[in-house]
Amino acid sequence: MTPVNTLLAKELRSYFVSPIIYVVGAVFLLIVGLLAYIYIVFTGVQAIQLMQVQGQAQLNLNDLVFRNLFSSLRFVLLIVLPILTMRLFAEEKKLRTFEFLMTSPIGLNEIVAGKFVSVFLLFLGLLGLTGLIPLTLALFSDFDWYPILTGYLGVMLLGALFVSVGVLASALTENQIVAAFVSFGLLLFLWLLAGVGSLLGDTPLGQVVSYLSFMEHYDHLVRGLVDTRDLVYFVSAMVLMLFLTHRVVDSTRWK
Amino acid sequence: MIDVQQITKRYGQHTAIDRVTFSVAKGEVLAFLGPNGAGKTTTMRILTCFMPATEGTATVAGYDCLEQPLEVKRRIGYLPETPPVYLELTVDEYLRFVGRLRGLTGGMLTSAMSREIDRLGLGSVQHRLIGNLSRGYRQRVGLAQALIHDPPILILDEPTVGLDPKQIIEIRELIKSLAGSHSVILSTHILPEATAVCQRVVIISGGRIVAEDTPDRLSARLRHSEKIALTLTRAPADAEARLRQLDGVLHVHGNGPSGHFLLESQLGKDIREDIARLAVNNDWGLIELKLISMTLEDVFLQLTHREEGFSLGSGEAAASGSPATLTSVDRMDPPS
Repeated sequence: MTPVNTLLAKELRSYFVSPIIYVVGAVFLLIVGLLAYIYIVFTGVQAIQLMQVQGQAQLNLNDLVFRNLFSSLRFVLLIVLPILTMRLFAEEKKLRTFEFLMTSPIGLNEIVAGKFVSVFLLFLGLLGLTGLIPLTLALFSDFDWYPILTGYLGVMLLGALFVSVGVLASALTENQIVAAFVSFGLLLFLWLLAGVGSLLGDTPLGQVVSYLSFMEHYDHLVRGLVDTRDLVYFVSAMVLMLFLTHRVVDSTRWK
Repeated sequence: MIDVQQITKRYGQHTAIDRVTFSVAKGEVLAFLGPNGAGKTTTMRILTCFMPATEGTATVAGYDCLEQPLEVKRRIGYLPETPPVYLELTVDEYLRFVGRLRGLTGGMLTSAMSREIDRLGLGSVQHRLIGNLSRGYRQRVGLAQALIHDPPILILDEPTVGLDPKQIIEIRELIKSLAGSHSVILSTHILPEATAVCQRVVIISGGRIVAEDTPDRLSARLRHSEKIALTLTRAPADAEARLRQLDGVLHVHGNGPSGHFLLESQLGKDIREDIARLAVNNDWGLIELKLISMTLEDVFLQLTHREEGFSLGSGEAAASGSPATLTSVDRMDPPS
């Protein structure tokens, strides 16, 4: 095994032998399942009302269930992912294993990559389980799969961004609570930039500020719109966060 | 194997180590001795490429710590002050992780693991979570971690802390057995440990090297007088005065009622025979007469606490005090 794989395997192992992944995973799946249930029942109620009024009902499940669900997922990920990422570097520093890791024959790039990928894989696993929702629904109804797949692409990219912000926050402190809070703060800030952007309106500054927020990029993907600009946004934001993590971790050696 | 030239480390205004120069030959065991905060850990961190030196160069196994850190890291086994263990892993899992990280695979990994488990007595706990182990076991797991890839260079920061006396002896034996094939630097503030294990001692205080030599030579060159302990069962009141009259005696610290005396005589002059004759001729009941050689402890105190006048127990106070004790080996008095 290469050093990255070794570190990755160890990180995953650490998550699975501690209760954190089970608790976080259970809460995540419960909330997503509950949200899906609410949207589906709500759509059903609307369908019945329309039947009574018009005698027929042609409802778009993509709009009424999945777009709502993908929008709500942002909130859930905002809570869940910082909890998963908070221990990555903070715990190493607290338990004094950080020095061990830094004096092992493994590069800093590999350390950051191993940490990031471990949580990203956990997130993909949890996200994969939510795939049961559209699969079950497909048994009983008809809908368009394309926007669902682009929606999943959007959630994956959004999750990767959130995880990279969490990795950075964890590198900044040795206190896990602080790490979680810093990532909440950073993510909410990125979120609210969208609001600031729309306040500024259609000015150049407003457009730049709006572009910096993940909101509109995510929204495009959820609506089934795959635009290179949005993909570039997510990938470059994530790379920037990981680069900053690299610098932060490297600088702790100089203090 | 290790060559350190004039390294200085500053944290802002504070200078942690100041122009430290030393080297370690292949197969040599070197002790780093000094009060808390003297700069031992900082020096070790520079050697293990954890942090860079502000000035100066450190070369390990021919590789510069700044230029080729990965090559250096591959050749070093490092035990930091706190054993770097992951509490949620078992001893087995942890050692396997460390071994793989250092490039061991397959049969090599398995045999290295069983070798370390064996030699550090971890057999009974190898399937237990490290989080549930005592301090002593964690320390041993930490040592196993440093040794698992059989590195040519070992850097051990206080390796026997937290161990019970029997384990301390075992670990010292282990370190001694590594000498010859491995270069070892160990830091300690337990002085007998340095005497027991090391061929050479570097005494560091206030970030500077104040002395460097073998334990024996260090105590020899700092000795200004011979000390003799004497115990008499029937010491008369004037015993102290009469002992002082002997040729060559400099001081007599007496404690009349208990019969214990401490005599200091000129260097190179053995007055034990004279004392014995005096005591026997006067029927003072001589029961003990012995030459006290200066221990490393005395040397250490003399070098690191000369001005502060603190005892060993208050090392911290001395460390934060001025480093203006002896600033170089040259200033030490040569043995006359």
